[in-house]
Amino acid sequence: MARRFRHPTEDPTWAKALIVTVVLAFLGLVLILPLAAVFAEALRKGLGAALAAISDADALAAVRLTLITAAISVPFNALFGLCAAWAIAKHEFPGKSLLITLIDLPFSVSPVVAGLIYVLVFGLQGWFGERLIDHDIKIIFATPGIILATIFVTLPFVARELIPLMQEQGVSEEEAAVSMGASGLRTFWRVTAPNVRWGLLYGVLLCNARAMGEFGAVSVVSGHIRGLTNTMPLHVEILYNEYNFVAAFAVAALLCLLAVLTLVLKTALEAAQPAVRGRGH
Amino acid sequence: MTISIRSVEKQFGRYPALGGVSLEIAEGELLALLGPSGSGKTTLLRVIAGLEFPDSGQVLFDDQDVTFASAAARRVGFVFQQYALFKHMTVARNIAFGLDVRKGKDKPSKVEITRRVDELLKLVELDGLGGRSPSQLSGGQRQRVALSRALAVQPRVLLLDEPFGALDATVRKSLRKELRRVHDATGVTTIFVTHDQEEALELADRVAILNQGRIEQIGAPHEVHDQPVSPFVCGFVGEANRFEGTAAGGRFTSGPVILAAAGAADGAATAFVRPHDLVLDEAGFSARVARVAVQGPLAHVDAVLADGRRLEVTAARDDAGKFSGEVRLAARKVHVFPAG
Amino acid sequence: MTADTVLAPRKRPVAARPPRRPLFRRRSAIPGFGLTLGVTLTLLSLIVLIPLSAVALKAAQLSPHEFIAVAFSQRALAAYRLTFGAALVAALINGVFGVLTAWALVRYDFPGKGVVNALVDLPFALPTAVAGIALATLYAPNGWIGAYLTPLGVKAAYNPIGVVIALTFIGLPFVVRTLEPVLRDLSADVEEAAASLGASRLATIARVVLPALAPAWMTGFAMAFARGVGEYGSVIFIAGNMPYKSEIAPLLIIIQLEQYEYQAAAAIALVMLAVSFLMLFVINAVQAWARRYS
Repeated sequence: MARRFRHPTEDPTWAKALIVTVVLAFLGLVLILPLAAVFAEALRKGLGAALAAISDADALAAVRLTLITAAISVPFNALFGLCAAWAIAKHEFPGKSLLITLIDLPFSVSPVVAGLIYVLVFGLQGWFGERLIDHDIKIIFATPGIILATIFVTLPFVARELIPLMQEQGVSEEEAAVSMGASGLRTFWRVTAPNVRWGLLYGVLLCNARAMGEFGAVSVVSGHIRGLTNTMPLHVEILYNEYNFVAAFAVAALLCLLAVLTLVLKTALEAAQPAVRGRGH
Repeated sequence: MTISIRSVEKQFGRYPALGGVSLEIAEGELLALLGPSGSGKTTLLRVIAGLEFPDSGQVLFDDQDVTFASAAARRVGFVFQQYALFKHMTVARNIAFGLDVRKGKDKPSKVEITRRVDELLKLVELDGLGGRSPSQLSGGQRQRVALSRALAVQPRVLLLDEPFGALDATVRKSLRKELRRVHDATGVTTIFVTHDQEEALELADRVAILNQGRIEQIGAPHEVHDQPVSPFVCGFVGEANRFEGTAAGGRFTSGPVILAAAGAADGAATAFVRPHDLVLDEAGFSARVARVAVQGPLAHVDAVLADGRRLEVTAARDDAGKFSGEVRLAARKVHVFPAG
Repeated sequence: MTADTVLAPRKRPVAARPPRRPLFRRRSAIPGFGLTLGVTLTLLSLIVLIPLSAVALKAAQLSPHEFIAVAFSQRALAAYRLTFGAALVAALINGVFGVLTAWALVRYDFPGKGVVNALVDLPFALPTAVAGIALATLYAPNGWIGAYLTPLGVKAAYNPIGVVIALTFIGLPFVVRTLEPVLRDLSADVEEAAASLGASRLATIARVVLPALAPAWMTGFAMAFARGVGEYGSVIFIAGNMPYKSEIAPLLIIIQLEQYEYQAAAAIALVMLAVSFLMLFVINAVQAWARRYS
């Protein structure tokens, strides 16, 4: 509809065009170009070379370790998030806001520091270093350390998605269920869980993306042993530092596809469930 | 300032909000735009304010065409339904805003602005609250701030959108008197939108009744109440019993109900009788009293006709005892409209 | 009432005394509080709080003099300057473009808006190492963008500018995503009120809209800054990592660690943790302050 006159809350057309252009240029430069560069570099020597890099034994080992890490840390954090949200959103207790702040703490800590703390605790010179050696248990420079560090950096994802969601929903439905004689667990499964499942899925989705992509924390505890303690992001680093660019970008492209898939699922979730929304990370 | 609205039409998508509205508002008048939701009353107010632009028609301020002038250029005072106070500013900054944003020689000095703000705070009886944040005020106080902010620019016309809609009943009544007092003190031409007929009838010099984007009737409060020109006005303003039936030879018949209807055109018709216009009359039609509720000086009677239809009668409290069992009723006054 | 009657011991029936409330009184009829809170606190302590305290304990093994020598050495100071400076510049860049992006996403319709909206979260979803090698490749002297910068005498990669570029990528979503809901909830009538009071569109935005967005903007800015300070993966590939010049603080921790200088690593980590906690405190304070107005 051609309108001759501008509503007072509407910006002039030239301003709209300018802002949209600036925004698209900025996002194109900062977001789209890097994404495009990854695929371009991966395919520089053709699809075959890229596929060969991905199907290399060390690459497959990295994929496997990344999947194992996510398979353990994501359910763990989902459980933690559900417990924390249940305690915080459905009950009143002193120190609640402090607890919420503490749960968010891992987002404010540098991933490198997150890795460092586990080295200090479980490393050779750490608190439990000698006892672990005596029992021949390896945590640092081994899979358990990688999983621990990943759990640390992803700990808040599910909790911070569920706490506001459950708070908004209040307690009346749960109280109704309990007053009709439902047990706590039954109340949770039958009343609460259906209300928060999309929020849970949203948190899990973001948690998974970070778990599979974490670099700094994992880098500190991994030891970079090829085929053994390399996750996909670490494998990318090794290949890149060896100037094996095609292989590095091929594995990176795989991670890009994961990121794009995450964004697609996230957008679909937001479209289908407007109550679920990102809360920043 | 006088305002002329000439054949204004406005559509939102395919929904016609205003279908050719014409209206003259006199200098210093207090006019109510009354209608149900969706009647176009708020749209009309926003067209006058320059917050919406009509698809066709004209808006004139003192014979000057402002149809497509920007809101900022019109110098109108607009009080929003939810007040739209600037939350991050104090009450005083809110009120001063319209003066603060002026440029060059139009902008009053700081001293002058402070003086104006104090004057306005006094006018709406909020002296001493200038330093508060809007979030620290009650609903009624926020409404007063919104009113004085609108008045600060010395508007040519004051426009209020459901000014009392968000308030509870007692505050609403006192603010109604307040608005009348402020209007009389400033003499500014004022238009307010309401869906509350009591508010409109009590406060306004004239009431314009809107329905489906058109003005059904405009007149003094007693005129629209006593001489409704359409079935809609009759049903919307004041209480009324409604009967569907036929008019023939100065009589209206609807089942057992027979009413005198001098001057009504023959044919299918709709008749309205106000509850207080129904009186006991041995020559009238019969009804059975179902319930009598006494409220203050009045008695509200629920009666049932022989065919099961219900009707309401309002009588003086002293006569409440006369309403029991079968009674005979007649109407002192009937409004008959051809069925359409 | 005289002082005597006030001071005199009064006999009160026992039943009238309110029962003492336990600290964790049950205000809710919903079960599972003890269990879920217990699990939450246990896991939080084991995974986050106790290990974090290891940093302080390790650093405490140093004497104050040693601590200052390693935590505030010339090299460490240069690293802090770069880390905090680059994070600040990146957060400011995102602060400006974040407002424009959020504004365009909430207020305008334009082709590709859905894709843009989804893409804003890319930095949350993309592994930082991938971002790092991609940016390094783009801004390298022979890269897609670097090739255009070199003739201009601008060296982006392997330089502090590279750090800013990486942190701009990492921090991009924060300001946009914190502003969006506030901008969406900002009702049109406030802007209409400003317009009807005679304010121009520019004055309305400057004096009414932007101040209303300020608390959310500061929150997003602080979050982007905090994230940038701790960032490692995306930076190391593009930074060049030259001591005193383009070496960030998290990298310095790793270097100390690789040289088995655990106490020095802990000391630098402690400084960074202190800044993180300060940022967390600032974010919470800003949010509490913003709530007062709503």
